Amino acid sequence: MTEQTLSLPPAAVGRTARPRRNAWRAMSWAVFGMGILYFALPLIGMIEFSLRKRRGTYSLDAYTSVLTDPQFQATFAYSVVMSLITIVLGLALVLPTALWVRIRLPRLRPVIEFITLLPLVVPVIVIAFGYLRMFNTSSFLPMTGTVTGTNVLLAFGYATLALPYMYRAIDNGLRTLDVQTLTEAAQILGAGWFTIIFRVMLPNVFTALLSGAFLTFSIVLGEYVFAALLDRPAFGPYMIWTGGNKAYEPAALAVIAFAITWGCMGLIQLAGRLFPHTRAKR
Amino acid sequence: MATARGAYIARTAANWAGVIPFLAFTLIFLLLPTVNIVFGAFRGPDGGFTLDTLAKLFEPRLANSFWLSIRVSLFSAALGAGIGFLVAAAVIHGGLPAWVRAPMVTFSGVAANFAGVPLAFAFIATLGRLGLVTIILKDWFGINIYTMGFNLISFWGLVFVYLYFQMSLMILIISPALEGLKREWREAAESLGASGLQYWRMVALPVLMPSLLGTFALLFANSFGAIATAQALTGSSQSLITVQLFAQIRGDVLQDPNLGYAIAFGMIVITAIANSIYIVLRTRAETWQK
Repeated sequence: MTEQTLSLPPAAVGRTARPRRNAWRAMSWAVFGMGILYFALPLIGMIEFSLRKRRGTYSLDAYTSVLTDPQFQATFAYSVVMSLITIVLGLALVLPTALWVRIRLPRLRPVIEFITLLPLVVPVIVIAFGYLRMFNTSSFLPMTGTVTGTNVLLAFGYATLALPYMYRAIDNGLRTLDVQTLTEAAQILGAGWFTIIFRVMLPNVFTALLSGAFLTFSIVLGEYVFAALLDRPAFGPYMIWTGGNKAYEPAALAVIAFAITWGCMGLIQLAGRLFPHTRAKR
Repeated sequence: MATARGAYIARTAANWAGVIPFLAFTLIFLLLPTVNIVFGAFRGPDGGFTLDTLAKLFEPRLANSFWLSIRVSLFSAALGAGIGFLVAAAVIHGGLPAWVRAPMVTFSGVAANFAGVPLAFAFIATLGRLGLVTIILKDWFGINIYTMGFNLISFWGLVFVYLYFQMSLMILIISPALEGLKREWREAAESLGASGLQYWRMVALPVLMPSLLGTFALLFANSFGAIATAQALTGSSQSLITVQLFAQIRGDVLQDPNLGYAIAFGMIVITAIANSIYIVLRTRAETWQK
């Protein structure tokens, strides 16, 4: 709390308060400065390092080398496609369920909420391990037997990982709506479930949806454990491989990854600003 | 009567039909795989019930890995929570200009998600043997941190790197709680003659304590399950339990397939405890934020 917001008259604060308050402020600045230093230095370090590939001068050689690497292009494209599939899958799974639970089965809401939190409780590596045991070639659902099957399994795994973020984003969006009334109004006007979901709810929770989607995108894009254990050519394992085999390219990759994370978070904020939740005037 | 009952059953069935896709998906791709692992931990090579596999977790190699993971998580969570709290408190209540807050929270959102492999690369580029800061300290100030015993690929190096996402997560979560501190409490404390320190020690911190401890538990679970950063940073030189399990699954050290189940089960137990603490304390923390 700052001096300006303090509602006491200055005289009541007393003689000793001012220097002490200045000391507080100096300490706050010092702590804040240290924080900035800690957070900024690795970013500066990775940018500087990524420019060092050509001897004696700064150049973009590391970026050229990364961007023209067919492995990079292939794995990056694979992960982007995977992220998009995960987003669609996650939305298809979470949006109707969250709606349905709000309208028809409010009793079940704590259960659904608990299930969506589980991927945060069970470590990713354990879930991936479970997949390898449950869906191997000698199981009842031998998904890891074929490439397509493994890809599908990976998408399902990512959708599972995204569940907590997706559900919370959409549930927060729905919280601001009167879902019950909207649904009833739509039904009276003859709307089916398809229309209700796509033409009534979707536009209303669009911002929430976008933030869930971008968060999912940035998580899936660099994901390592699932892709590595299911042995799929994704961006995460590629980054690990580069780290072990190249000198300056990893820093360039880190810069790219950071830019993407930053971009996703920026887009979440932008979405909130561009599509503010509009309410009809009464 | 019978028709009314039939209608009721039909309605209930219809109600449940809407959640079946979700329940089926999470059952097959989340619950069953986890349960499968848990059961596997209690099964011997012959398939019968046994506690022998779990007992192997206490053999030195695995016990040490668990202990290392717990220590890394404890230190990174404690330091992350402590320093993150200080930074957030400094920005929100330390007399800094108000426009600093929004960028800080946004940046924390990015930094909390900037984990995994790229984070390790960023730190190698900064504090590795050829990193920017290492070289500047050596060339400009004559300080060689590597001859002074610093090593990024070490226990403390790992904790130091983990702090990046731990601190940002802390700032992200604790900022709303800090902003929820009521101005009246401070004013009341000051008009009763409390100093700034007394206000924090006797009013603000007790109110924030559930949030603080809860977030600490969350940070603990957060770093306990992490693997990619450690893998990229240290290879397998710091044998965290996640790294061990990864190797075990990959088949590098697969003498006993059931051992993997046991390790996974141990991890679930530890993160479950940490997360339960988080959930319980978060509910308690919310009582003050109304």
